[in-house]
Amino acid sequence: MFPEYDVIVVGAGHAGSEAASSAANMGSKVLLITMNMQNIAQMSCNPAMGGVAKGQIIREIDALGGYSGIITDHTMIQFRMLNLSKGPAMWSPRAQSDRHEFSNLWRKTLELQENIDFWQDMVTGIIVKNGVAKGVYTQLGVQIKSKSVILTNGTFLNGIIHIGEKQFGGGRIQERAAKGLTEQLVELGFEAGRMKTGTPPRIDGRTINYKVLEEQPGDKNPKRFSFTNTPELEKQISCHITYTDTKVHDILKTGFLKSPMFTGRIQGVGPRYCPSIEDKIERFSSKDSHQLFIEPEGRNTYEVYLNGFSSSLPEDVQYKAVRNLKGFENAKMFRPGYAIEYDYFPPTQLTHTLETKRVKNLFFAGQINGTTGYEEAAGQGLIAGINAHLKINKRDSFVLKRDEAYIGVLIDDLINKGTDEPYRMFTSRAEYRILLRQDNADIRLTPLAHALGVKGAEERMIKVNEKLNTEQEIRTYLNQTSVTPAEINKLFESISSSPLTQKVKLNKILLRPHINFNKLRRALPDLDMLLNDYNEDYIEYSEISIKYEGYIKKEKEMANKMNRLEEIKIHPDFDYHKLQSLSYEGREKLIKIKPDTIGQASRISGVSPSDISVLLIFMGR
Amino acid sequence: MYNQNLDNTIVALSTPPGSGAIGVIRLSGKNSIKVTNRFFLGADIEKSEGYTVHFGKLLNENNDIIDEVIINVFKSPKSYTGEDLVEISCHGSSYIINEILRLFLRNDVQIAQPGEFTMRSFVNGKMDLSQAEAVADLISSKTKISHDIAMKQLKGGFSSEIKKLREQLIDFASLIELELDFSEEDIEFADRTELKELVKIILSLVNNLIDSYKYGNVLKNGVPTVIIGRPNAGKSTLLNTLLNEERAIVSDIEGTTRDTIEEELNIDGIIFRFIDTAGIRESKDKIESLGIEKTMKSIKDSSLVIYIYDAHKVNKEEVEMDINELRISNTPTLIVANKIDISGYSPNIPIDHIKISAKNKDNIQELKTKIYNSTIINKIDMSGIIVTNERHYKLLQESKKSLLNVISGLNTQVPADLIAMDIRQSTISLGEITGTISTDDLLGNIFGKFCIGK
Repeated sequence: MFPEYDVIVVGAGHAGSEAASSAANMGSKVLLITMNMQNIAQMSCNPAMGGVAKGQIIREIDALGGYSGIITDHTMIQFRMLNLSKGPAMWSPRAQSDRHEFSNLWRKTLELQENIDFWQDMVTGIIVKNGVAKGVYTQLGVQIKSKSVILTNGTFLNGIIHIGEKQFGGGRIQERAAKGLTEQLVELGFEAGRMKTGTPPRIDGRTINYKVLEEQPGDKNPKRFSFTNTPELEKQISCHITYTDTKVHDILKTGFLKSPMFTGRIQGVGPRYCPSIEDKIERFSSKDSHQLFIEPEGRNTYEVYLNGFSSSLPEDVQYKAVRNLKGFENAKMFRPGYAIEYDYFPPTQLTHTLETKRVKNLFFAGQINGTTGYEEAAGQGLIAGINAHLKINKRDSFVLKRDEAYIGVLIDDLINKGTDEPYRMFTSRAEYRILLRQDNADIRLTPLAHALGVKGAEERMIKVNEKLNTEQEIRTYLNQTSVTPAEINKLFESISSSPLTQKVKLNKILLRPHINFNKLRRALPDLDMLLNDYNEDYIEYSEISIKYEGYIKKEKEMANKMNRLEEIKIHPDFDYHKLQSLSYEGREKLIKIKPDTIGQASRISGVSPSDISVLLIFMGR
Repeated sequence: MYNQNLDNTIVALSTPPGSGAIGVIRLSGKNSIKVTNRFFLGADIEKSEGYTVHFGKLLNENNDIIDEVIINVFKSPKSYTGEDLVEISCHGSSYIINEILRLFLRNDVQIAQPGEFTMRSFVNGKMDLSQAEAVADLISSKTKISHDIAMKQLKGGFSSEIKKLREQLIDFASLIELELDFSEEDIEFADRTELKELVKIILSLVNNLIDSYKYGNVLKNGVPTVIIGRPNAGKSTLLNTLLNEERAIVSDIEGTTRDTIEEELNIDGIIFRFIDTAGIRESKDKIESLGIEKTMKSIKDSSLVIYIYDAHKVNKEEVEMDINELRISNTPTLIVANKIDISGYSPNIPIDHIKISAKNKDNIQELKTKIYNSTIINKIDMSGIIVTNERHYKLLQESKKSLLNVISGLNTQVPADLIAMDIRQSTISLGEITGTISTDDLLGNIFGKFCIGK
């Protein structure tokens, strides 16, 4: 019934969808197996893509030929560039998506790929021969052969949903949990763990009094995630903000005795930075109020998502508490929030390509690796898909470095440090934040995708080169053009910047704090004329590259310094036992992780700086 | 830097080169006991236990007795290096020591490179890196003061100071990172004025450490001192007189001395290191005037200049010219009027010139006191932390540079992510001193201390 596939992707969430499409784009024959074809790329949590550090990841995925950015652009209902008051490393695109449209468009996009077949079923085991993955077994009793398998099971592996004292098996509300896979993998020698996450209640928007709420509209000039020509967002829908108060807290507290969080029924570890509302009240008892965001679910529904109110308290307690929020006095709930526990596999069992060390040609991506977030999942899916294809075609692996992409930081952190709680990306996880900006993701990564032979990278490169040329032309103009005090001092006065006394080159002027192209354009008609000819995104990239050149150079130097450690290779069979001077923990971790380089070894938690010195001395440095 | 091959057996003189009551020669490596046994007339030390002491005679290949010696045997892993190790105590004549060293070098034993015993000890898990660094300082300490400082460092005074600074910086960074990564949440932002105060405090602590290096460097490496003067002023005689009791005999085998002993004068625990002594000794008549480039360079490299002239055959104009030139160089200078045995205490000699006879050793004690008092060292508060390591000093300076950027960034309202970069650089520099680099502590801090809601 089935041919032998190059790649089988198990699960069709954000990781699975990117994995399937990236492998297919490289030329692999892919089978995408999901338990429910209606829920492809479902946004199980809030209907939003991007945000701080996450928006950068989406742009990276796009630059590498993935689809998350394109699909977000087509289905978003609000766009905001966060952190514009901060430096360019922090500028982060974020969009509210129409949940249904997002899922529908992903399905359509996948269906348009000739190389992808679909099968609705539950995978219960991996066919493993001689330590190599050869396909899957399903609940329907079929065996499907393949050269590689990518697992992206999300929260479905032995998922248990908790609402108050009620608990039932499930991977998402009203969806079955996946059984059997964890058990087989553990039998194969994999280590498994348990994590927890949760969602807030969904509210009937018709019953909310928006008039008393603070409105949070989208940007006046909404941008896009994709570097391709996706449509511009025209009609935006606002979010709203409300706050909890002590009365709401008191009501919530009445449910604590029945909370699975506090009674110990939930054992999985949840994310500290995305805590449930009961967790927030308990842990930060001195805070009388917490902010909540009311996020619309789409253009064609009144359903809203109460972001910040994630809860697994009994539904009646949730309901009572919601009704005490300002603007929610008459609110009706569509469904209560819940917590979900699921299996994950500590990601230290993976290599940089997300292939497992134990079973060859088996890859893990997404929440199965202990991460949280659509963006983190999608980024891993993309890398797993590309590398599955490369592996079965005996090509060199594709690994992004920490100074090349947040995706590189993400995977490097996961496989070296592991994670004790759902891993979410932050800009502070990246050492080279100013290099990993949203505006230069294409400059950083599209050439790599092009070199790999990713479909569509050819056309993307045309734009990359245009962008680089624009920067060069603008740079030349700034280097050659001087401004006189008469031209510019009025502007300087208005922003209390010290006035010029003689002619100064424009490139120096741009370096001043609070000076940007927008302000300069208003004072300098020639500059305005020049810039009018260029694409707005290209101008933004040029401005940042020139204005922050000093910082960018400094970080590049730091990255190069650290990269020297990446060049010192460690043989995979290196015998750490013969180095008596390694710390006990360091040795155990080194044996387990088997780092490729000294640089990687230095990032393994438990490996101390003096362990690294020992290795360096032994390697003759 | 080091030979990766730890299979070698190495040898070195472990006591200072020169004459003394005893000299200790140390061998480490798997052949150390065997090779010693071959030339040892006494107990069979190959069969003996570790931690044993043996008296006997050491012979050369021709069975000539080199010396009567005492041999300490240490068996792996219970030794300083963790390897088999032998310590031979012989009579402390440089002839005997050289003969013994030569004997082993002829018999497949390699001369140890500087620090190699400690390196082996480290590689074999006997000590960690910071201990190794402190040991290196202990070994190189030449005086009680520098020994005290190294001991303080070994006990962890310095690293805990650096760790404290680094923790403060990480706290500071956490505040900034928090408002960066959680800008969308309802958290309170860090007060800029408070942040600036915090950085200023950290900066002043870093500055104190940097300043202490001025002393630390002198304590560790001695005060570079130069004697200059016109031909026949008596430079060479003065040098010999000052060094009379201090001079060590340098071993004549190339590579066998651990540190080439420089011509040093120890006054009450402070080392004065005479530079360009070769120049003084060789070129008695070559230095025609202070204008000569080489002399000027010596002055530049030194922290103390001893200018000497012949009080008997004095050419006042020349001397005044020289003194004026020295004044421009701004290096502390002592002016010595020599040959008062011939000239007598002439009233023509200005009062602030130190009147001596280098030949007859007249007034040398007074000169030594003046030399001692000319340094800043006697003004140090020895209870504080003193930076003596050049690597530490350079890293502290890097850290300071980044902190200054942070302050100017806060002043000119540079965006927080760029300020964070400078903080991070400063933390990295400090971390390199103690050997810790991680971005994990940042996040640990954020989560440990603040309420983050979503």
